[in-house]
Amino acid sequence: MEISCLPISASHRAKLLSAGYTTLSSLSSVSPPQLSHLNVALQEAVDILKVSSESCRVEVQDGAVEFCKGAQTAWDMLSEEQALRHISTGSGDLDSILGGGIHCKEVTEIGGVPGIGKTQLGIQLAINVQIPYDFGGLGGKAIYIDTEGSFMAERAYQIAEASILDTFDNFGCQLKEIPEKLKAESFLANIFYFRICSYTEQIALINYLDQFLVEHKDVKIVIIDSVTFHFRQDFDDLALRTRVLGGMSQKLMNLAKKFSLSVVLMNQVTTKFTEGSFHLTLALGDSWSHSCTNRVILYWNGNDRYAYLDKSPYLRPASVHFSVTGKGIRDATSQCKRVRMM
Amino acid sequence: MANKLISQMGLPLPIANVFAARSIITAKDALSIPESDLMALLDLGRDQVASAVARISEITCPPYQTVLSLMEDRRTSGCHGGRLPTLLKGLDEALGGGIPPGLLTELVGPSGIGKTQFCLKLSLIAALPTCYGGLNGRVIYIDTESKFSSRRIIEIGENSFPQIFQTEGMAQEMAGRIVVLRPASLSEFTQSLEKIKLSLIQREVNLLIIDSMAGLISGNPRENESCTRGSRQQPLGWTLSFLKSVAEFSRIPIVVTNQVRGQSTEAFHYPFEGLGGNDNVTSERLESHLVAALGIQWAHAVTIRLVLEAHSGQRYIKVAKSPYSPPLAFPFIVDSSGIVPLSDDGIELTGQEISTIRFQVQPI
Repeated sequence: MEISCLPISASHRAKLLSAGYTTLSSLSSVSPPQLSHLNVALQEAVDILKVSSESCRVEVQDGAVEFCKGAQTAWDMLSEEQALRHISTGSGDLDSILGGGIHCKEVTEIGGVPGIGKTQLGIQLAINVQIPYDFGGLGGKAIYIDTEGSFMAERAYQIAEASILDTFDNFGCQLKEIPEKLKAESFLANIFYFRICSYTEQIALINYLDQFLVEHKDVKIVIIDSVTFHFRQDFDDLALRTRVLGGMSQKLMNLAKKFSLSVVLMNQVTTKFTEGSFHLTLALGDSWSHSCTNRVILYWNGNDRYAYLDKSPYLRPASVHFSVTGKGIRDATSQCKRVRMM
Repeated sequence: MANKLISQMGLPLPIANVFAARSIITAKDALSIPESDLMALLDLGRDQVASAVARISEITCPPYQTVLSLMEDRRTSGCHGGRLPTLLKGLDEALGGGIPPGLLTELVGPSGIGKTQFCLKLSLIAALPTCYGGLNGRVIYIDTESKFSSRRIIEIGENSFPQIFQTEGMAQEMAGRIVVLRPASLSEFTQSLEKIKLSLIQREVNLLIIDSMAGLISGNPRENESCTRGSRQQPLGWTLSFLKSVAEFSRIPIVVTNQVRGQSTEAFHYPFEGLGGNDNVTSERLESHLVAALGIQWAHAVTIRLVLEAHSGQRYIKVAKSPYSPPLAFPFIVDSSGIVPLSDDGIELTGQEISTIRFQVQPI
């Protein structure tokens, strides 16, 4: 790797290059006092050498199992994935097309027209992540980032109550045996709610989550509802917007992998003119559509709500009928429900 | 939060000076630039930029609350939790007590259906003393189409709440609590919003009504003429985020009315849905030929959408979009005492019927 690719400041780079150090190997045998002859402070020289030695640890370590820092074999990844549980969405059919539910360590994007149920699904996931481990859930906490102000605490309470009762029904337990920590109030106490009023706050929060998640290690899902809202109004420079969104999605992906949690992003729709007619498509542009691992689109089919798995690394596209009831997201109850493979 | 000054964030002095030297004054400036660009701009190392950005983010980030404390806060803030009852019993139940505070509620429907009448009644209810079920506060009514009629307000008051309005001086007191603004253009509207933002909390204003939003945005042909599609969205986008921040900041209900327009090139489908033959599309177009104005961005931004429509000789108010309520339609009529419900039980509508807008005029 060349000196020009090192993450050091421009003036230091210029000084190194003008003194003739162009490759990392040329730096490997230099000591800090020698570098400080280049009009660089001693402490800064130490930092530069540290950065360059990190970058070439590849060559220093020999006989190590890793090819390079941070790599993992596919077999190890498979065993890890199989050990992770999925977060149920409340509807068995929807879970089945998602391969068991929302995956941890991945970023899932959910989009749809207004009123289709994105916020409802978000609240349902924030509740379902808390189902205790013994009952098939993850027993984790949730972070709900609200950019539109559409979150209603009373609805979360309703969904929590219904979800707890259904879990117990599925496991055949009696109502009397529900312990204190499984009351709806304690479920609500485990959801951390942030209200974001501008895109600056949104970026600041995503940066801050790194620190927050170290302090709250049991958070297993981060829901952003919706990631689009502030980016649609205030940006004049669309190229800058794309770069900022790219940085944001990179950070979210890193958070998902580092803390082994799932990130769920809600997106709005917009119209796009392709092939001679207007179509609905998710907002934020084509570059953004590459940044999430999975994509689910919620849409109306006649009078029914459907979910379509649009993008996934290993599941095939399929659509399924689901419904939004007083209890939250559930399977469709009509006779003609079916999973349609595309 | 976004406008916090970097100089006050406690960054190490050399770093703070570098930021200031490059005109990066507020948190918004710093966070809008990707980190790699910041490194090049400020001539700082990776670690220094990372720690500076982490510090700025930590301070700019809003505080969190657990949902449990959120619910408890709402319960303790006034009767009905600060909601505005509409006095249509079924609708109030569906909305959990009334129109909720801190969110945008939209009333959309064809002209002549009763949106302004509904707004007039809501302003009266907000002005009423709490013992009669009101919010006992002032109302700001922004009237963009000159539809506000004070005579009609008094008439509604006399017929719906006779015991109050017949008391000496009460009519004057109630009507005196409703402040009417009549901006003539979008820029005047935004100016007046800025001015009232501060007084919203100080002067005990309990309700903000904007009648109508569509009149402001679409009624500016000269401004829109040479705009590209992107910048036509700008006035709407800016107004939207401003309204939402006002709602959050003041925690009062905000009711906005919207018009309808005919469908022209309305997109219905995603590419993956395939084309089930063009027949489906055209038959849908023939049946429901009215849609809400202001587009899909607006539709995403409002939290509660109440659709007013008329068909089969009956007028209905439908809860088309709400995070809390099932999709119900309530029949109503408009008479001398404003909007009167014909039944307390809503009719549950499934699917997209809840959002369609029909207007079939009754034969005289």
